[in-house]
Amino acid sequence: MERIIENIKKQFPLQDVNSDHGWFITCEKKDVISLLTHLKITGGFTHLILITAVDWIEEDRFQLTYLLNNPQLKIRLGLRTFIERSVWPDESEMQSAHHLWPAVKTYQRELHEMFGIDFPGSPEVNDPLILEYWDDIPPYRRDFDTKKYSEETYFPREGRGSNDPAEYMKSQLYPNEGGKSQDFPQEISKKSSGEKNA
Amino acid sequence: MADFDYMKIVYAALTIFLTINYGLILQGIIGKIYARVGKRMGIRIFQPYVNLIRQWATRTSISHGVMYYLGPVFRFSGGAGILIFLPIIYGAPIFSSFSFAGDLVLISYFMFLGTLGMALGGGESGHPYAALGVSRGLSQVTMAEIPMIMAVYSIAVQYHSLNITEIVAAQQGSFLNWTLFTNPIATAAAMLAFLGSMMRSPFDVVLAPQEIPIGPPTEYQSQFLAMLMTNRTIFPVAKTILFVNFFFGGVALYDNYLLTFLVFFLKTFLVYMWSVFVGLSFPRFRVDHSIRWFLKYPMLIGLISIIFVNIRY
Amino acid sequence: MAKMNYKKRFSDLEKRMVTSPDGEEFEVDPMKDYFSDARPKVHPPSKITPLENFMNWCRAESIYILGFGTGCGAIEMRPLMSPMYDAFRFGIHWRPTPRQSTVFVIGGYASVKTIKRIVRSYEQMQGPKWVIGLCSCTINGGMYWDSYNTVNRLDHYIPVDVYITGCMPRPEALLDGFTVLKKRIKEGRGEGSNEYAENFDWYKANQKKIIKSWDMPDYNW
Repeated sequence: MERIIENIKKQFPLQDVNSDHGWFITCEKKDVISLLTHLKITGGFTHLILITAVDWIEEDRFQLTYLLNNPQLKIRLGLRTFIERSVWPDESEMQSAHHLWPAVKTYQRELHEMFGIDFPGSPEVNDPLILEYWDDIPPYRRDFDTKKYSEETYFPREGRGSNDPAEYMKSQLYPNEGGKSQDFPQEISKKSSGEKNA
Repeated sequence: MADFDYMKIVYAALTIFLTINYGLILQGIIGKIYARVGKRMGIRIFQPYVNLIRQWATRTSISHGVMYYLGPVFRFSGGAGILIFLPIIYGAPIFSSFSFAGDLVLISYFMFLGTLGMALGGGESGHPYAALGVSRGLSQVTMAEIPMIMAVYSIAVQYHSLNITEIVAAQQGSFLNWTLFTNPIATAAAMLAFLGSMMRSPFDVVLAPQEIPIGPPTEYQSQFLAMLMTNRTIFPVAKTILFVNFFFGGVALYDNYLLTFLVFFLKTFLVYMWSVFVGLSFPRFRVDHSIRWFLKYPMLIGLISIIFVNIRY
Repeated sequence: MAKMNYKKRFSDLEKRMVTSPDGEEFEVDPMKDYFSDARPKVHPPSKITPLENFMNWCRAESIYILGFGTGCGAIEMRPLMSPMYDAFRFGIHWRPTPRQSTVFVIGGYASVKTIKRIVRSYEQMQGPKWVIGLCSCTINGGMYWDSYNTVNRLDHYIPVDVYITGCMPRPEALLDGFTVLKKRIKEGRGEGSNEYAENFDWYKANQKKIIKSWDMPDYNW
């Protein structure tokens, strides 16, 4: 894996290499398509697992992740890039990679719908996918308040309550102890053994 | 028409009514058998009655046009036509209503009429699945019809008659006079063709809900569907009686009426069970498989039976 | 960087002029050709009470299901066919097409995209017809109660007869739901299709509020 990364580094300027949870490399927006092409054709990463985006609203940017798989060597590589985050109703823009894998156009349609990232030239990118003719802020952007939207739109039913599962189960199972213990699984084993003794 | 017996109309109506009841009970029993083989409790015996009444009691219905309206009527007249022109019990005035010379040809036509009506009606409903189901159903039924017609031709040559009553009359006396024993090859061809037209397992891809939804009657609802369901109860029974008449000596009128009906039920039930037995044992054919199958063995057997009959008689 | 503008689709559903092979010009409105948009009518139950009671008994004892299996609840419907639960002995059958079904089982959450299909399928069923809402999601949204795309209350869009709670309810609960529905039908309280016809405008307003791509007539048979 390191050898592959070294090879890539020779040809493309990488901003960051991270191997904490699998291998992720970060490059600039303009290099993404050429790097993907390189990885697919010469690097053996012939399988695109997915494309996804993360909304870093504090840093005012989107992170795009292309997850690739090499079926021969059985290794995976994530390619990250950061693009500018535009304020709705403006859309961010990214180059399309639909010529590399046919499935890419569906991912790009989804990103266009859910994040408002446009991929000019990608086929059918303007067609509605899951949300048919959505006209609000794209729902996966973090400035979209989903709870408020749901309450305004979908007629919430009265009388809905919610409990913290840990607290609720504690009060149900051990009504006398009043939630003294912090560690829930240990409490169960202690209690059950105590019951057996008594 | 001077000596037309108007009671025959009443008798024919009675025949259809009794056949509907017999068919519904038979459906319940067969459903129970199917379920028990699959280790289930299965439907209740009276379930087909309830289904039929419920379907007739639907409040709303929509039509897609004239042919859509006439499709179930064609289908029902196909089933009822076989029943009316068939000597159900040989020798009884009630149950051999309109049998006449040459009714063999008419009944062969009636067997196909229902499918044609369904094709036109399903086509007008405009649903793509209906058109798909019609093309599948017509191709399969046509293929099943070829060995059937060969067998029918063979026994027509054998008995020198196109009148079913005469064919039944020629088989009376001993069970060795049955076509089953005098012309076993034609019987084999016809019994294989029988499987194809009963819409049971190896050949039920046309109506199978797991395939394209339900086939030709995709758009049929409420009373239209009820009409089709009524036909579905009488059509297998009519066909079974036809086969009993052709190959198993028919049902003669004994002095004891109970014995007559016992023989009738036994013969029809056993012939019906043949399709159920095969249906429970074998998985489903695709349409191209079944067409190929029909063109292979049943048609060969049918050809041999024609040659055999022409040499011998 | 332009505002998201979806391409206008379904252009083949718009009115247009067509020239026939004879050179004759005429207007085609595919919306009218494909669908009938007549309003639903109220079909009151029969005045003859014993007959109506008998019919209701038949309707209750012969249930044809149309399963709407987009939610997780659909997986609980399949075991009912198996020898373990065997719903056939209660007179419950499965039909593959809405035209022939009487009971509509909504298996789980309904998103905006699926509610459109639910409404269309429901309107294609022939009355009298009933709806069973399976799982908590049909009652108040369940675990998707604050989702941007999941309908919270199903009974604002189509009339629901029986709700079955649980996430997921076991197949036994579903069978129990059918028993409750049968009781309701036998008592003559299952008049959902008439209710739908009476409050048609209210239901339509609710549906149109959330379905943004309304590319069908108001009522499609």
